[in-house]
Amino acid sequence: MARMTASVYTSHVPLIGVAIDNDLTQDEYFKPLFDGYQIGRQWATANTPDVVILVFNDHANAFALDIVPTFALGMSETFAPADEGWGARPVPSVEGHPALAAHIAHSVIRDDFDLTLVNNIPVDHGCTVPLSIMYDRPSSWPCKVIPLFVNVVQYPIASAKRCLDLGKAIRRAVESFDEDLNVQIWGTGGMSHQLQGQRAGLINQPWDQAFLERLVHDPEDLATMEHVEFVREGGSEGIELVMWLVARGAMSDLVGGKAPVEVHRHYHVPASNTAAGQLILEEANPH
Amino acid sequence: MGLDKPYLDIPGTTIFDTDQAALGYHLNMFAMSLKDEENRVAFKADERAYLDRWDMTEDQKKAVLARDFNRILALGGNIYFCAKIGAADGLNYVEIVSSMTENTAEEHRQMMINGGRSPEGNRYLSDWRDGGPGARKIDQNSPEGA
Repeated sequence: MARMTASVYTSHVPLIGVAIDNDLTQDEYFKPLFDGYQIGRQWATANTPDVVILVFNDHANAFALDIVPTFALGMSETFAPADEGWGARPVPSVEGHPALAAHIAHSVIRDDFDLTLVNNIPVDHGCTVPLSIMYDRPSSWPCKVIPLFVNVVQYPIASAKRCLDLGKAIRRAVESFDEDLNVQIWGTGGMSHQLQGQRAGLINQPWDQAFLERLVHDPEDLATMEHVEFVREGGSEGIELVMWLVARGAMSDLVGGKAPVEVHRHYHVPASNTAAGQLILEEANPH
Repeated sequence: MGLDKPYLDIPGTTIFDTDQAALGYHLNMFAMSLKDEENRVAFKADERAYLDRWDMTEDQKKAVLARDFNRILALGGNIYFCAKIGAADGLNYVEIVSSMTENTAEEHRQMMINGGRSPEGNRYLSDWRDGGPGARKIDQNSPEGA
């Protein structure tokens, strides 16, 4: 049977991708950020799964305003890096896992989550920057990736509670897949940042730190947070943090298992306009 | 009965909801078209002619031509869509974002290095009765300022 073995949480700031693509990671500006990624990279290399379910949002690259799905699952064999306006990133295409994606779709939709199923769709920095943060610059990504697009662009968006519950449904789906696969789920975006309006540049370090702490130790309570608090305290684009709840919901402690082991936590300000965070939680008993 | 929109009480922030999306559909679709190189070239070659291909309001077109991003957002633009207008100009996100604030790009970059804009005094519309960060900055820079 497939096993959910770990969850990873990370910002997906475009500039982090620019730094990796252009060998700038040891520059004065980037070094503290990338120094903090080293433990995560070592862990990622030692614990490469068969499949990552990568939860992120599109930034007007795959989805126009013609169709705005709340949750969309990538079903394809491959997903090409998008040109977001500055040219496509020089990174490998993302290889999907159609069989597991089909199983997740079947299970999660029957579990009352109305997923949109998408094929032939590009993936932007929201998907490729987390892969670069964890795996640097390989000629091909070391694992399959199932993209899960969450709408955090056009309100109303899914509640934090809904996101946590989706994670639980994804866990049930993965654990009922017959093939023996090591699966991780990554929640991406955040942390506090605001890219728009006269309030742009907002960063709230105490709020981010409290978010990390609650995410680890009390995610059910964290999931009661209203959108307006994410925006008021964490900035308009800090709302991306609801996607971290999807990944957290997939850990076994929320269905009676042991608390996950915190492997690593990293927090740095700034990455471009954003507070960058990273957290790695491993299942205590991954079977 | 109106919908509950508690986020309208956050200063200097436009939440892109379904009402804003209805206002800005054509504006955002224009902006998204700039993710393709051939469209960026066509736009930069003759901005007005390229804008006239889209069913946008005159106000929206003027806001785009002026690169007035706060106005663009007020007229239904979404930042991720409309950042592609800045991308077509060769601007990075700090340059685009700072243009909406009281800061120059370099000041904004330094503000981020210094820890960003504090939420203190920036949570509620009532916090900005003094005019907000722009007015505070002018105040600080004046000889008699605090």
